[in-house]
Amino acid sequence: MDIALAGRPRLLQGNQAIAEGAIYAGARFYAGYPITPSSEIADECAARMPRIGGVYLQMEDELGSIAAVIGASLAGAKALTATSGPGFSLMQENLGLAVLAEVPCVIVDVQRSGPGTGLATKPAQSDIMQARWGRHGDQAVIALCPATVGECFSLTVQAFNLAERFRTPVVLLADEIVGHMRENVRLPLPGELAVVGRAAPHGEPATYLPFKAAEDGVAPLASYGGDYVFHVTSSMHGADGISNNNPDNAAARIRHLHAKIDRHRDEILMTRAFDTDDAQVLIVTLGAPTRAGRSAALEARAAGIKAGLLQLQTVWPFPSAEVAALGRRARIVVVPEMNYSGQLAGEVSKVLGPAADIRRVNRYNGTIITPGEILDAITRPAGVKEDAAA
Amino acid sequence: MTHATGRKYLRPGVLPHMWCAGCGIGTMLGALLRAFEELDYSRADTVVVTGIGCTGKLDDYLLTNALHTTHGRALAYATGIKAFRPHLNVVVVMGDGDSVNIGGNHFIHACRRNIGLTAIVLNNFNFGMTGGQASATSPEWSFTSTTSYGNPERAFDICALAEVAGANYVARSTPGHGWEMQGLIKRALANRGFSLVEVISPCPTHFGRRNDMPETVQSLRWLKQHAVPVERYRGLAAAERQGCFPIGTLVERDEPDFSTNYSRVRARAAEGRPA
Repeated sequence: MDIALAGRPRLLQGNQAIAEGAIYAGARFYAGYPITPSSEIADECAARMPRIGGVYLQMEDELGSIAAVIGASLAGAKALTATSGPGFSLMQENLGLAVLAEVPCVIVDVQRSGPGTGLATKPAQSDIMQARWGRHGDQAVIALCPATVGECFSLTVQAFNLAERFRTPVVLLADEIVGHMRENVRLPLPGELAVVGRAAPHGEPATYLPFKAAEDGVAPLASYGGDYVFHVTSSMHGADGISNNNPDNAAARIRHLHAKIDRHRDEILMTRAFDTDDAQVLIVTLGAPTRAGRSAALEARAAGIKAGLLQLQTVWPFPSAEVAALGRRARIVVVPEMNYSGQLAGEVSKVLGPAADIRRVNRYNGTIITPGEILDAITRPAGVKEDAAA
Repeated sequence: MTHATGRKYLRPGVLPHMWCAGCGIGTMLGALLRAFEELDYSRADTVVVTGIGCTGKLDDYLLTNALHTTHGRALAYATGIKAFRPHLNVVVVMGDGDSVNIGGNHFIHACRRNIGLTAIVLNNFNFGMTGGQASATSPEWSFTSTTSYGNPERAFDICALAEVAGANYVARSTPGHGWEMQGLIKRALANRGFSLVEVISPCPTHFGRRNDMPETVQSLRWLKQHAVPVERYRGLAAAERQGCFPIGTLVERDEPDFSTNYSRVRARAAEGRPA
């Protein structure tokens, strides 16, 4: 952002705020392939990167985009790509490499309708599970979901911080509504938000082991072209980064990839609670439906129903304890989301158990969820099925 | 006079290598490492990027920086490295399947972008690692594990593809011409734009066995007989070229590479020209 504009309110689109957030976080490399509804992030990065010593690279497809991002990251860049569902599908294999090779990077998925080309390019939240399980192989991931233009900025900064801190790819799971929404936001001044860089190795370059975790569970990462010469592979590898088929090593490596996320849940999990202290009705949201949920909760309160909302800014790892703490106290839990199968509601059910009264509000026709629909779910008598809504 | 051995780039304890007797990958690896030495490349400023397959195992033998990637995507990974750190020597080593089957899109675009990578493609006409299936370079009517009645598809000429797609430097060699190969690799490394060296190699285990050349010596002899120095090849009549292929430097240009052009983008951006 131009320094003169920082700190003052400015009308900004969600996708522009993502690009601003990336640059604020220190991103200096963008590789991508155009796709609606994410393309404004590419436009913004193409204009800005060359002015700040960064690189914008338009790749031939999304497989190449994320590959270039991973390569640039290993050369020392904070790097990102942005796409939507179809492109996100194409990125999955190489995203798995980034997980196994522990390469920090940020992948923005501005979700749109599917499957296939779907209702191009209407909003959806149907990639929640793709973000979690889209790749072959077993792994842990981090995914964040912005609900406002301000969060598009701040969660992008946080996505980079977590990627660098834990040496892992982070998915910013936005949606078309948030990406294309415009709001007045005050962008923070440099220094206002914490910006984290990756831990660099110290000590004798000859003894550097690129996959030997430090005490905090994260291995310091050198950069190609620096003093530390190192080896990275998509294959199972030992601490030296050389491919290694030893079963004990493989088991330890898989455990490590999960553990470095699991043991730092307190640093990764972010939720926002609205009026939940006395909530008998809990609305659980992420992304765009958060606004409709807030309206519904306020309307319910006006009608004498103690309703509150829990917004999950982090969806993966799933904030199970946070959902459990509020969900177990509530009589009714409502989960509005823009998909048919209840990808978020399923996780909430997993936490609260089959006896909980969990009411799903699903939209899968490319239109937005309204507060009225959520209110209907709140006021419906227990045991009554929702209408076969769109 | 002492000759380069390339040994200082070779990981200790890795010999004998894993490739089949008669395979050309070892010869190519040797030529590559000797070329590094002759150009006095530092290990720290050199990154070798590999894909998947027999050739993709080459990074295991190196003491330079290395990145072993996914199948077909090595050029795209390397593009990210080179675009962000243009001063690095970034070398991409692939097989025929890696480079022009699954990775064909990245291959033509890396050529078009003329990014300063050096691609070494070992073409052994089939997918060796998976048991000898047909690839995009298997000759028409040749036999592989998936074309037991003969290959109905035509083969790519990788060098011609690179030339028309815009690569600055294109060369071809064989393991029967190790010394020349080393020189071609050096010229490829020295070119600022995208460079390709195709190494036509025997695969006695799979391709040779199914195509009447089960012995390595037969394959090497065939290569020696059919590989014609490009200067001579150009003088041959069409009938004389039948069954032969040119080796040596096929294309050498000095078009601006991606990083040179991107420096101009930065200069324009600094002047505040409209995006």
